[in-house]
Amino acid sequence: MRSSHNRERSSGDHHLEGDGHLNPFRRRRWPFLALASGLLLVTATWGVAWGAVSIPPGAVLRIIGHHLGATFGPTDWPPAWETILLQIRVPRVVLAGLVGMTLAVAGAVYQALFRNPLAEPYLIGVSSGASFGATLAIIFIWRLGGSGWNGVSLAAFVGALLATAVIYALARVGGRTPVTTLILAGVAVNALLSAATVFLIFSMQDAFRAMHVLGWLMGSLALADWEKVRVVLPYVLGGLAVIAGHAHSLNVLQLDEEQAQSLGVAVERTKGMLIVAVSLATAAAVSVSGTVGFVGLIIPHVARLLWGPDHRFLLPMSGILGAVGVILADSTARTLFAPRELPLGVVTAVAGAPFFLYLLRRQKREIF
Amino acid sequence: MVPLEVENVTFAYDGRAVLRNVSLRLTAGEVLGLIGPNGAGKSTLIRLAAGFLRPGEGTVRLFGRPPAEWPTRELARQVALVPQGAYIPPTFTVWETVMLGRNPYLGFLGIPREADRAAARRALEWVGMADLSERRVGELSGGERQRVLLARALAQEPRCLLLDEPTTHLDIHHQVAVLSLIRRMAVEHGIAVLVVLHDLNLAATFSDRLALLVDGSLIALGDPKDVLRRERLTAIYGNAVAVFPRPDNGGRPAILPRMA
Repeated sequence: MRSSHNRERSSGDHHLEGDGHLNPFRRRRWPFLALASGLLLVTATWGVAWGAVSIPPGAVLRIIGHHLGATFGPTDWPPAWETILLQIRVPRVVLAGLVGMTLAVAGAVYQALFRNPLAEPYLIGVSSGASFGATLAIIFIWRLGGSGWNGVSLAAFVGALLATAVIYALARVGGRTPVTTLILAGVAVNALLSAATVFLIFSMQDAFRAMHVLGWLMGSLALADWEKVRVVLPYVLGGLAVIAGHAHSLNVLQLDEEQAQSLGVAVERTKGMLIVAVSLATAAAVSVSGTVGFVGLIIPHVARLLWGPDHRFLLPMSGILGAVGVILADSTARTLFAPRELPLGVVTAVAGAPFFLYLLRRQKREIF
Repeated sequence: MVPLEVENVTFAYDGRAVLRNVSLRLTAGEVLGLIGPNGAGKSTLIRLAAGFLRPGEGTVRLFGRPPAEWPTRELARQVALVPQGAYIPPTFTVWETVMLGRNPYLGFLGIPREADRAAARRALEWVGMADLSERRVGELSGGERQRVLLARALAQEPRCLLLDEPTTHLDIHHQVAVLSLIRRMAVEHGIAVLVVLHDLNLAATFSDRLALLVDGSLIALGDPKDVLRRERLTAIYGNAVAVFPRPDNGGRPAILPRMA
């Protein structure tokens, strides 16, 4: 009666390098991290520069530099630029980066922890719990338009953590939490909460509020401000720090749990700590952005396909690419049909779904 | 400190007894071969020793402490396991897999030091896989995978090594190479080795002592010559075997199949 691992014995990237040699990406990985960080800076600068009032990237750098105490070049920009940048666009891009980073890292952690390529940050309740909480808040509190971390954010945060805790407790069998049970409990509770959310929307008399709920469910960073950044940051940084400390344990957990234990990983404790870290960080991110789909599913796959399964590299790379992805998506969301904003989840899904389908096709070919 | 003590251990899966009152001690530097027919409880005993299972009755102690009382990471520096047919993700390279053996030694961000790389390199050289370190596990033969698992265990630099049929999938050349290596580790590094072996001849050739499990009971423990006696084997396996003392190997027994 040995423990079995219920995972397909292939994870898709065989095609890339079938000749027994590692692809050049994987052989020399660290320069790519620097490259990706550079890409993040460029994307962030561009995201800040782009918008209804277009500000040249050079001026963006000079204004931010000046604000940080490093003045270079002329300081003759219109005062409005400074306000637009520092009060509106920079916090929004920072928040987009944090959300993207959190979701992508969370996805990478869950895919590793559950040894399942379809795992994503919302797998065990964060999204459905947050949606339910936010919907309740929009109905009963109705302060969606408020700035900072409002009642809706708080309700989403609490809802996300409660749902995760309930799923984790339900999946616990005799002091252990088998990943299969956890996934199945997650699917069931998610379905229940989603149904409850839809029922709440269905019973709303006020079409305007219903629209707000739907807008929240599709994700948006339209209400971004420094207050939200300030509230979210500790959870995100704390969660990421815990995750960073377990990066190598995640490599070991790619084996089955008995092997992981014999290699020195306290499996149940590690699993618990990672789930808490991911849930806190993701719940905080979702509380300010709504549910932004596909980022947490796809970005880790891209990183894994190109650079292999070593989480010491995979996690930072996923985080950076996730930030780049959501900054790009959010910039598109707010400019494509300006002044109307496209829901962020629509952009990430439209960009991400075809890619995900492509991954699914590859999986299918290998499974059957 | 005794590497492994098993005292009066009884274990049952769902009420079905798998081990009955088993006791044995493994001492430093010895190779103890665990033999017995299919379903005798050999793997269960290994899993109890590794701390995956807890005995229903009796005690298991590794270096004086029950496995559950060891911090997981600390125990992994003392005791390494080579599981039978264990899963390794096919996308891992040989090097990455062996480096997992250094997990109990790595610091906060999991960044290996030179000592870690040296231990992994040494382990790969011992099992003769140094040239294949960039190969992906999915592209290895069964025997190569088995040697990678052994290298991973050796990279842990353990004082006690538990192996569950480490020679399945190996041809006779590699069977001998692997078991010779295991013996060398025991003799030169004082590692205590408990190894489940299906093949009685390999067990007789490479073990200092043998433990014979039948139906969950330890029915013989000691020198291979005394454990593998013809009458005893006939009682277990019927008339299917003949036993001869080997003139080339100090009279250790050789077991040959016999036509029924």
